[in-house]
Amino acid sequence: MKYVIIGNSAAGIAAIEGIRSTDESGEIVLVSDEPHFTYGRPLISYYLMGATDPEHMRYRPADFYEKNNVRTLFGVRAEKIDAEKKQVVLSDGKTLDYDKLLVATGSRPFVPPMEGLDGVKKKFSFMTFDDALALEKAIGPKTRVLIVGAGLIGLKCCEGIAERVKSVAVVDLANHVLPSILDEYGAQIVQRTLEAKGVKFYLSDSVARFEEKTATLKSGARIDFDVLVVAVGVRPNVELVKNAGGEVRRGIAIDERGETSLKDVYAAGDCTESRDIVTGDHKILALMPNAYLQGHCAGVNMAGGDEVFDKAVAMNAIGFFGTHVLTAGVYTGDSFEEKEGDKYKKLFYKDGYLNGFILVNEPERAGIYTSLIRERTPLSQIDFDLIKNSPALMAFSSKARADKLARRV
Amino acid sequence: MPRAVRKQIITELPNPCLRNSADRGYSIMKRIYVNEKWCLGCHLCEYECAFANSGMTDMVKALKGKTIHPKIRVEDGGDVHFAVNCRHCTEAICVKSCIAGALSKDDDGMVRIDKDKCVGCYTCVLVCPFGAIMPSADGHAAQKCMLCLDNLCGEPNCVKHCPNNAIVYEER
Ligand SMILES: Cc1cc2nc3c(=O)[nH]c(=O)nc-3n(C[C@H](O)[C@H](O)[C@H](O)COP(=O)(O)OP(=O)(O)OC[C@H]3O[C@@H](n4cnc5c(N)ncnc54)[C@H](O)[C@@H]3O)c2cc1C
Ligand code: SF4
Ligand code: SF4
Ligand code: SF4
Repeated sequence: MKYVIIGNSAAGIAAIEGIRSTDESGEIVLVSDEPHFTYGRPLISYYLMGATDPEHMRYRPADFYEKNNVRTLFGVRAEKIDAEKKQVVLSDGKTLDYDKLLVATGSRPFVPPMEGLDGVKKKFSFMTFDDALALEKAIGPKTRVLIVGAGLIGLKCCEGIAERVKSVAVVDLANHVLPSILDEYGAQIVQRTLEAKGVKFYLSDSVARFEEKTATLKSGARIDFDVLVVAVGVRPNVELVKNAGGEVRRGIAIDERGETSLKDVYAAGDCTESRDIVTGDHKILALMPNAYLQGHCAGVNMAGGDEVFDKAVAMNAIGFFGTHVLTAGVYTGDSFEEKEGDKYKKLFYKDGYLNGFILVNEPERAGIYTSLIRERTPLSQIDFDLIKNSPALMAFSSKARADKLARRV
Repeated sequence: MPRAVRKQIITELPNPCLRNSADRGYSIMKRIYVNEKWCLGCHLCEYECAFANSGMTDMVKALKGKTIHPKIRVEDGGDVHFAVNCRHCTEAICVKSCIAGALSKDDDGMVRIDKDKCVGCYTCVLVCPFGAIMPSADGHAAQKCMLCLDNLCGEPNCVKHCPNNAIVYEER
């Protein structure tokens, strides 16, 4: 059996582990255009903060490829899939035959057209380790940085550099930070934390035009900067599958076993759509845990096993200078709320199920809530009044508890 | 079962690192299991855990006047008490979710955290269904039970000192 995997990140690595749990001897070729040993993508901001280094950023031990008998082709792009011939064409002109192919190509930064952007010399995205290294070279204690985008990536970048530069300004169209995962109250806690580090926010605003070192906002405000980071969004890398005739919606369409509409072509991670277990909707859930779980499932199935991944949950754990935000699910239905200064909890439930939650600075045992969402546990089976106040296994029946604590799980 | 007898049986059991059962071999290992009805709610295991992981040899010096951050936590509710620590899950979702590759499964099935790799994002806290991995005292990393194999005890100190066998260390 010959496996080809495109993408050397969470989903690709998970697939290798999935394959090897089932097939110890098949040939695995791993293709990646990034010339690095697999690294935790979210760690690039921690690298800039000095909280980790290239050695510790490795997503797997140094002997991973060797131990799993993986042939690596790094610094090479996959340009085309020929699903009929079962071949991948590479940027160096070579072709790879496959029996089973995994597309784990993730996403790329989306940079919308903005007036004058071409004239800005020092501009960066923040998606890869190379982006972080390039940004690091461009900044110093006197640098003024402008970040466009107050989402997860923009704010993680902001945290990464805030203490290494003279000033950071953040602009976003939304009226509060982290609009995709937080409501106003939670967002204000995060904003205050970053403001305490000197970060300046321009919300409900956007850049009207750039000159080389000045941005003029719609509101009329002018921001002088030396370095620009654009982090307004990402686009999934779906083209390989699309051009080969595979079904693509917003992301690559896959079934619960991870297979695309093309036979023997699988896909996993940020380039795909997942079926959200709460809403049943298909959407891109660009998250590390989701990428791993999808990739592992695809790998097992590529190797002839039989696994299903049908428990995708939107979730985020993200921290800024000690302020921890943990969220999961969707924010619909009735809610239960506790607010106390910089601590914030909000649970959302509907039709007898927990649908989602926001926890700011209350991370303890949050996974008990997440599992209620993931397992669609009927709240009638637990003591919801108790668990509302704090996540605890006490809320379960003693039998359910024995299944968790007195048995191998 | 009296502790002495249990201990003898445990030491006579075959090596827990037996390979090649389900999931590439590592589901047979000794784990800590809870006998809920025997738990007194004394919280001694929490103190023994904090002591075991303090790196000190004098319990009073290690713990007196300090807030403890044990890796085992006792839940109390009326007459019901029980201790919770890492289950060393066969399909450990924390390992699969870690953004840094800081969590891994040993060949013998124990789930290990590499503190030097951990960046304290708490994704693992967000996914563990048992609430068994938690922020560490300094807030810069997560912490979890490693069966006292990572400290001077070499065997679960919580189990060793539980006065009522409400937690046991065995194969199931
Ligand atoms: C700054 C930042 C912080 C983040 N923080 C978090 C966080 O805290 N928690 C969380 O859950 N998620 C976080 N994420 C998201 C997380 O990194 C992604 O969900 C995860 O990396 C997805 O993994 P993947 O394997 O699907 O794709 P990716 O990690 O995007 O990897 C895809 C790889 O494929 C390569 N590739 C693409 N096309 C080709 C081709 N044609 N040929 C060869 N190679 C190709 C790409 O270069 C890339 O190396 C963060 C992301 C960023 C950028
Ligand atoms: S085994 Fe050791 S580390 Fe684990 S909970 Fe018990 S005392 Fe703590
Ligand atoms: S930390 Fe939680 S999820 Fe991870 S192995 Fe332990 S009990 Fe299982
Ligand atoms: S807190 Fe540490 S161990 Fe937990 S997911 Fe984050 S990096 Fe991994």
